[in-house]
Order: sequence, then C-alpha cells, then structure tokens
Amino acid sequence: MTGIIDYGCGNMFSLVSSLKKVGENVEIFNNKEGLYRCDRIILPGVGAFGCAAEKLECSGLSSAVKELAGRGVPLLGICLGMQLLFEKSSEYGEHRGLSLLCGSVGKIDCEQAGLKLPHMGWNSLRFKKKSGLFRYVEEGEYVYFVHSYHAEDCSDSVIATVGYGTEICAAAGMENVCGTQFHPEKSGDTGLRILKAFTEM
Amino acid sequence: MLAKRIIPCLDVRNGRVVKGTNFKDLSDVDSPVALAERYSECGADELVFYDITASCENRSLFTDILKETASKVFIPLTVGGDINTLEDFERVLKCGADKVSVNTGALNNPLLVSEAAKIYGNQCVVLSADVKRVNGKFVVFARGGRINTGLDAVEWVRRCAESGAGEIVLNSIDTDGVKKGFDIEMLRAVASDLKVPVIASGGAGSVGDFIKLFKYTDVDAGLGASVFHYGEIEIKALKKALKENGIEVRL
Repeated sequence: MTGIIDYGCGNMFSLVSSLKKVGENVEIFNNKEGLYRCDRIILPGVGAFGCAAEKLECSGLSSAVKELAGRGVPLLGICLGMQLLFEKSSEYGEHRGLSLLCGSVGKIDCEQAGLKLPHMGWNSLRFKKKSGLFRYVEEGEYVYFVHSYHAEDCSDSVIATVGYGTEICAAAGMENVCGTQFHPEKSGDTGLRILKAFTEM
Repeated sequence: MLAKRIIPCLDVRNGRVVKGTNFKDLSDVDSPVALAERYSECGADELVFYDITASCENRSLFTDILKETASKVFIPLTVGGDINTLEDFERVLKCGADKVSVNTGALNNPLLVSEAAKIYGNQCVVLSADVKRVNGKFVVFARGGRINTGLDAVEWVRRCAESGAGEIVLNSIDTDGVKKGFDIEMLRAVASDLKVPVIASGGAGSVGDFIKLFKYTDVDAGLGASVFHYGEIEIKALKKALKENGIEVRL
C-alpha cells in the first residue's frame, strides 16, 4: 500500500486517482501512525517551500518521513515534495529542507535566455543515470512541469534533466529516496508508467 | 525545450458538451467525460472545461463531471466559467481541477487574482481576457464579450500577471468563430512583453492556422473548441504537421 502524506500542501485528487489507475492501494495520512503501515510513501507539495517545510515540521511528519526513509522505505517526492528532500531553499528567504538528498533549491535562471517563469508545460527527459523509477520510460518522453524553482548542486543524485535555458533537474534520487520535479499524475501515460514503477519499488 | 501545447476547450451546460461532435465510434458524443478521454488519448496536452450552466442546481452536475474526468484523464485540467470568489476556486480545485480561469470575476474584483495566487500559487491562477478592437485599440470586454470595460488589454493583462496570474488566455472576439485563423496582430500586441505563458484562443479553423500561430507569435499554446469537436482538425495529425514545420510538440 502506498501512503500519501497530507500536511496541508497540495491537491491530492489526481495523485490518488492515478495510483488507483495503475492498480495500487492508496491511502492519505496526516499522522505518523498511518505512515508506518505503508510499503512506500509519497510526499506531494504545491506552493512555497518555506510554508510547506514549516507545515511538515509542525505536523510532526518530517521526523517520520526521515525515519522511514532511513529504514529503506521507498519515498517519492513530487514537485515541491521533491524540493523538500534537499538541504535548503532560497525561495523567499532561506529555509531548511529534509536533507535526505544533497543539494539546494534556487530560482530558475532563464531570464537571459528570454524564457518565461513559471516553467510550465511539457518538456522532454534526458537521462543522467539509471533508476528503477524510469524503467518503463524512454529517453525523450515528455512530462508536465509547473515550477519556478529547481534543485541545484545535486549532481550526484540527478536522474534526469530537461532543457529550459539552463539544465533543470527533472528527477533525482539516491537508493530508496527519489523525487520528480514534474507531476507524474499529470503527465499522461508516461506519468502513469513512472508511478507504476514506483509502486513496484 | 518546452513543447507548444494544444488545448481543446469543452463548454459544458447541464452536464453535456454544448457544441456537437462527430466522433463516429464514441457512443456518447455529448458526454464531457468521454470526450475528455478521447482528447487525452489523441495527444491533447491539457483540457479546459468551461462551465456555462445557468442555474445553481446544475452546478453540482458540473463538479461531478469534473471529478469523474479528473479520475480518468491524467493531463492538466483548467476550469473556468463564473469564477468570482475564493470559494469558487476551492469548489473546483477540490474536484480535481489544476488551474482555475478567471475572467469577469477578476474585472469585478481586482483583488481576486492576487488573493487566489497567495493561497493556491500563481501556477493555479489563469487570467482569461476577451479582447476586441475598438477605434484601433485592443480593449477588454466583460460578461462573455457583452460589456466594453474600456480597459486597455495590454495594460490589463500585464497588471494581472504582476499581481499573480501564472498564465494568460487571450481570446480574440474579432476572430472568434470565424475560423480564418488566430488574431496574430492582437496576440503580438498584447502578449509579446508578458513574462508568463500565454494561450491563444479564437479563430482556429485549420492546421495551417496553428502553424502560423506558433511561427509568427511566441505564445505557448493554442486553444480550440469546435474545430476539435467537429473533427475538422484531428489532434494527432495537427501535432504531426506542427513537428514537420519545426515546431516542438509532444507526440
């Protein structure tokens, strides 16, 4: 069973539907006890980093997430949920993340290239290292992004990138901890295959 | 590189798609859910659902459809139509919408965009503007194109983008329904300096119109309704043609 962490940041409707679509049992939890029963967990997230990090901390869920990740439970962060896996973010001030992956989160620098923010729409994946998460996906497939900040200085953990003026980290991971900057639950069939692969981790 | 997006728009009244369709193998041609699934399979990059239900009783019918669609179609869904308050945002977001489109609601309450952006994030707030030429100027109209607000379109959309709209839809009243092409002149005039993504709407009649749109403007997406519903343009073929013309699309 996959547990989705509910800490008041994000719309989980599509995520639940897409996991059900790939045949997974899914439950939403806003407490530690529930999460301990899960085979794998997903940390979603929409909004600003600082606010989300604070909510996660205040709900007492951040320690549970760290503990479960440390025990080897597969963890997938999505969008802001992936950014929270890193050490810190400079979005509206400096904020600490979960430090499950090395690196920080900063604003996408695409102004010189004359590109718009948010980076919104479908972009094609380029793989940097192998990951079970993408075993059903081929190089060049498109996935859906909506974000203005991205992970930096995280080269060890980068799984896939996309080009947008600069190279943007699209997915990162180390062992059982991984994250996608894009929304697999909004990335059509490609996204469903990624979620399917996660449910098999 | 980001792909240019193709977005079918479904007008929904009392639970049915308003404009007819001619998909031969679709058993329920007027069902928004069946149509949404079909578009998603054909490669639509996103869907817009427009609620044109007149009465409050039928509003729940619309949200039921939204829920059903969002549980079957896994591409972004934008919902518009009579969005006037933060409660309206909440109502459709809870049912699976990813973005909410405001038009007259933002004209009536200039704080709606910034307040919604603060709560739900800029990416969630889409500002839709109906634009028409008046004495050589591009002016914003309200209430589905019925009321001239006198507002300069360039000024209005720039202000909305600054106050938190993460995306702008520009509907040309002059070219809407004419099917002779998008309003390239208006789009260039109104969209060129915007720092947020822009969706062009109004006038799509042929594959060539979309090629021109992406060649002569730097908009991010093209929206169409009846051309897709009546099958005049098939999305797969459209995207193939765009790609052959050097325009990046998701195939």
